[in-house]
Amino acid sequence: MERILDVKNLEIDFKTYAGTVHAIRNVDFHLNKGETLAIVGESGSGKSVTVRTLMGLLASNAKVVGGTVDFEGKDIVKMSEKELTNLRGNDIAMIFQDPMTSLDPTMTIGKQVAEPLRLHTKISEKAALAEAVRVLELVGITNAKARLKDYPHQFSGGQRQRIVIAIAIINNPKILIADEPTTALDVTIQAQILELLKEVQEKIDTSIIFITHDLGVVAGIADRVAVMYAGKIIEYGQVDEIFYNAQHPYTWGLLEAMPTLETKSDRLYAIPGTPPNLIDPPVGDAFAARNEFALAIDLQQEPPFFQVSPTHAAATWLLDPQAPKVTLPPEIQRRHQVWEEKFANKGVNA
Amino acid sequence: MSEPEVLLSIRNLVQTFNPGKRNEVKAIQDISFDIYKGETLGLVGESGSGKTTTGRSLIRLYQPTSGEIMYAGNDIAKLKHGSKAMLDFRRKVQMIFQDPYASLDPRMKVQDIIAEGIDVHHLAKDDQDRERQVQALLEEVGLNASHATRYPHEFSGGQRQRIGIARALAVQPEFIIADEPISALDVSIQAQVVNLLKDIQDRQGLTYLFIAHDLSMVKYISDRIAVMHYGRLVELASADEVYNHPLHPYTQSLLSAIPVPDPSLERHRKPIAYSAAEVEDDGKQRDLVEVYPGHFVFASEDEVAGYQNAAKASHAQGGAPATAPVE
Repeated sequence: MERILDVKNLEIDFKTYAGTVHAIRNVDFHLNKGETLAIVGESGSGKSVTVRTLMGLLASNAKVVGGTVDFEGKDIVKMSEKELTNLRGNDIAMIFQDPMTSLDPTMTIGKQVAEPLRLHTKISEKAALAEAVRVLELVGITNAKARLKDYPHQFSGGQRQRIVIAIAIINNPKILIADEPTTALDVTIQAQILELLKEVQEKIDTSIIFITHDLGVVAGIADRVAVMYAGKIIEYGQVDEIFYNAQHPYTWGLLEAMPTLETKSDRLYAIPGTPPNLIDPPVGDAFAARNEFALAIDLQQEPPFFQVSPTHAAATWLLDPQAPKVTLPPEIQRRHQVWEEKFANKGVNA
Repeated sequence: MSEPEVLLSIRNLVQTFNPGKRNEVKAIQDISFDIYKGETLGLVGESGSGKTTTGRSLIRLYQPTSGEIMYAGNDIAKLKHGSKAMLDFRRKVQMIFQDPYASLDPRMKVQDIIAEGIDVHHLAKDDQDRERQVQALLEEVGLNASHATRYPHEFSGGQRQRIGIARALAVQPEFIIADEPISALDVSIQAQVVNLLKDIQDRQGLTYLFIAHDLSMVKYISDRIAVMHYGRLVELASADEVYNHPLHPYTQSLLSAIPVPDPSLERHRKPIAYSAAEVEDDGKQRDLVEVYPGHFVFASEDEVAGYQNAAKASHAQGGAPATAPVE
């Protein structure tokens, strides 16, 4: 499969009053053409910082201390501000979490939707507005032409997120980054926006990086999944591999903590404790302190990635041939059983 | 099953903002329901459905436009501010808020945040007693005593929500309104807070009104669930009943939209669209009607038979799962 983006050994530090925060600690991943990659993790795991790097949108106290981000043969990390301006909103576009704050309240939506086009191409205002109408209709804003002169407050939350998506796709970006695009929305609206993203992806033939902490959303939209914890990717694989054949105890914890509608037990599984402080990252596996399956070696040495399949790998010592066999939590056993029955011998139906 | 004891009884509650003006909003349009002692009642609906307003009207943060809120023989809606009965009510009913960042005063120490209610209601004999109570509360919510002298910014979101819970518990309430207490938290922390709320309920025999839009968590924590839409209650039943035998089209639509952490199910999920035109907004007189034992639906007289048959049919075939079965 053709790769459109290749991130290698990315390391990012933040200077703060309390000390240097090692927010991204050696992250590797790639994005295939036309696919949707979901990056999952809790607040502070580094998922937003990672994608902001792809657009050169890091805060002023952040510094890329190592690694490369290869996009069409060029390293985004080394790009000048001018090159980045050409990239942003053109080749790579972003959909932000909160549609209430990501639109300018003092600007008509026609102007806002046409703006990326006006910035990146020599096009008359009239032609740009005509194009704005086209994408607004594409994202499902009815009667778009008559609404060009309306302001954001005249639209509902779901409609605003549609407008934000219209702005992101007007230049037919090669990569669309969606940073928790549905977290601020109701379930019913969320379902519509997710459906819309899938449609848009097909129509403009783009690749999507989708950031979220909601595994339900991931199950519906992702082709591949990368799980982040404490500034690292700890497991990645195709969506079925992550949901039915997860190998890292943190991924298990995330899957267990989600009550499914069938959950009957009296208590929910909760991952104990809180994520580590990244000013002084723990030695060994960063998850060890919260991990009931932690081995002695987890506290001393960081686990490498163990390959589970050509597309699936996890950084946990449990996959080492010398590791003891552990009894999986019931929910994970159930999922692994689904894996055995449906996928194991048939290969992944990607 | 013995008849459950009613703690709070809401009758024909109406909450209109800016009545008579151009920007009039009918946030709650005539709802009636009971909250039983010791239960968790989940209140779900989309934003703007009036679920938060309902919680706030119950605790008299808003003055209800009309209707009754009966609690311990008093109509809360008619109590005078500052009266003894009102003060008493405010002690018995506490609230946990959604945003753990906005709901704690950044300039107060944790011990003073937690003890504010103790001070207002004069529940501590002396400073030592106050300190002892604060320590006990911190322990109850899984924090430790040394946290008492710190400020909110030193805590994570989950820990802050624990402080908010300790503050609510400080005045020994019997009823807690939790308004989306976990929606601002990460998945791994949500489960911790939900378990904590359940444990405290078991230990102290509390009653909860749990307001949320995360339906899988609501099902998990609630005994009964009330579904709101456009300021009305459209369905009310036990949690299992609502999820396995949803009757009102809005509830069905809402359930069909929940994403589940299961790719095989997700690939086949078809959200059901909902239109209020025929079942809410056609001008017919509608009330919450019991169409199956313990199962209430917002229906007009001519719709009741249809819902009754649907309930029977659904129970006969063992209930439709909330999402379509795989393959």
